[in-house]
Amino acid sequence: MNDATGMPQRVVVLGGGSEIARALVVRLAAHRLRAVVLAGRDDASLEAAARELEALGVPQVERTRFEANDVADHEALVHRVLERIGSVDLLLVAAGSLGTAELDALTPEVVAQLVGTNFTGPAAATAAFARAMRDQGSGRIVVLSSVAGVRVRRSNFVYGAAKAGLDGFCQGLADALEGTGVQVTIVRPGFVRTRMTAGLAAAPLAVGADDVADAIVRGLERGADVVWVPAVFQVLLAFARHLPRALWRRIPS
Amino acid sequence: MGFGRAAGSVATLHEARTARDVERVVADARAAGGRVLARGLGRAYGDAAQCAGGELVDCTPMARLLELDSEHGVVRAEGGCSIASLLRTCVPRGWFVPVTPGTRHVTLGGAVAADVHGKNHHRDGSFGGHVVALEVVGASGTARVGPGLDPERYWATVGGMGLTGVVTEVTVKLRRIATSRLAVTTERAPDLDACMARLTELDAGHGYTVAWVDGLASGGRLGRSVITAGDHAALDDLPAGMRADALAYDPRTPLSVPVAPPVSLVGRGTLRAFNEAWYRKAPRRRVGEIQSIAQFFHPLDAVRDWNRLYGPRGFTQYQLVVPFSGADVVRRTLELLQRAHVLPALCVLKSFGSASAAPMSFPMPGWTLAADLPLGSPALAGVLDEIDGVVAGAGGRVYLAKDGRLRPELLSTMYPRVAEWRAVCERHDPEQLFVSDLWRRVAAVA
Repeated sequence: MNDATGMPQRVVVLGGGSEIARALVVRLAAHRLRAVVLAGRDDASLEAAARELEALGVPQVERTRFEANDVADHEALVHRVLERIGSVDLLLVAAGSLGTAELDALTPEVVAQLVGTNFTGPAAATAAFARAMRDQGSGRIVVLSSVAGVRVRRSNFVYGAAKAGLDGFCQGLADALEGTGVQVTIVRPGFVRTRMTAGLAAAPLAVGADDVADAIVRGLERGADVVWVPAVFQVLLAFARHLPRALWRRIPS
Repeated sequence: MGFGRAAGSVATLHEARTARDVERVVADARAAGGRVLARGLGRAYGDAAQCAGGELVDCTPMARLLELDSEHGVVRAEGGCSIASLLRTCVPRGWFVPVTPGTRHVTLGGAVAADVHGKNHHRDGSFGGHVVALEVVGASGTARVGPGLDPERYWATVGGMGLTGVVTEVTVKLRRIATSRLAVTTERAPDLDACMARLTELDAGHGYTVAWVDGLASGGRLGRSVITAGDHAALDDLPAGMRADALAYDPRTPLSVPVAPPVSLVGRGTLRAFNEAWYRKAPRRRVGEIQSIAQFFHPLDAVRDWNRLYGPRGFTQYQLVVPFSGADVVRRTLELLQRAHVLPALCVLKSFGSASAAPMSFPMPGWTLAADLPLGSPALAGVLDEIDGVVAGAGGRVYLAKDGRLRPELLSTMYPRVAEWRAVCERHDPEQLFVSDLWRRVAAVA
């Protein structure tokens, strides 16, 4: 169960090898975490995350395969998870990849793959878990969106557009789940220094995975619907969203 | 959700008008392999009366008073009958409940399940000590239990937080009263030591005692408080004008919080001002003030839905008890809360008398401190974990009816008889049909 301070006992992570996910689950382990399923496709980073949690004394650490684009497996994934840990207090959706925004590289396959990894797949899996969590009458879904999806920029517009889709999907899902005991928290970080952004010049207000994880824990404690990291993005994006396009294009990215 | 308005969950609610209705819900749930739990008036602060994804039996329609023996002061009522409605009937006839918590809006079933205590615990113990018999709808049928009738199952139900079944009927001994008023002594205490010393002295001479503690006062004023001690007033204690209708009982709910505000109204500023005023308005010492039952026992009931004041995030209540040898834990708790910048909004201190025979009953001889704490503060979870450690280290425990966040590892330290109690539960309910969110959380089961 989730306790009164918002801390879960049973957690599932989609994108279990992600650095933000690792940082968050480590923090949850210091509170009430009893069982976690790390679901992902990157065996090495998934395994490292699992070992770290075992070393921290989390009583039950499970690994399972999750491939965002293999939507045919998503219902089965929910069953695998419930079989192993019984119920889900918190679902963290942290799967995604930045990909490219070079027009020449954006073949139809590449675009479909990127949208699948960042939107279609996570949305499909989230919906499948949301049904199970509605039936259990409680739980929280935390989805990593991005400020890149709030106003899409040319430097990562496929990723941004997919995050915009996922963000909108989760806003609607949150409304659809009202009164079911399941709450959705949308996390909108800015530039996060992780493997995903390695090699890119850090944007202004860049944060680390630990900062995002801290902000999410704060959001769980506050019962937040939306978490911006850093918080100032809430104000900045309110402006950015309404900036005339001619100006928006000129902002170096 | 619980009274603290946090960590709610959704279940299917079944209105029960009779014990037969309850039996039906239990049988259906059993056939479907589901979960069941009783719910009364929802005054448990945390998740004690929640059953996520299961079947919740709403006991409040099952609220009839079945039999009142006005000669011997014994009442038999359905489990959903509230102390409020019991008082309306009994007080005019010269009888009072043996134990009442700080609100009259609890059901008798809930009072048994939480083994509630009141301001008279130092003398009269908790609710379960005054019960003659119960009817409980368990997983395998309906049973009558009592201290002399299947005592093992009876004491497992007292303080058992609903996990032995649904209490559908309660027979309880009442207390004779000559008037519906209390003669009250009120005193200010400048600090915690003075408060504890005076409470101890007043316990010896008064049936009811409690201290309101200013949770924000620190340093040399830490634990400054207003102590009230009372006794049921005799006819002679009343002013002449009141004597004609000495047993009048007509509690009012003049105020209400109609909606939950978008942010908590319990802030440091408002609280500091309130506490200062409350402390200053109390007399240094006043003896023999006449108060009504509602004024003395249920002051917060004057404001309907006051729990909404904490806004959308809600609050939790932390209630601890430590043996008298661990009295210092009370000071330490207040200090730790203050250091973490958590607002101890409403703090109450009292000493407990003898413990109940029930394995899961909360009270033990010692000091109990209850503090309402707004949720959402980043330091709250950590500091409560720290206080848990201090409480457990001193041989104390926290009250499960208030809890929303206890670390599962500490359950068996705080409640050393939990395994023995669980064995009784499971003997009567091997499929573990009766489950609450509280139990899933503190036992760390899926």
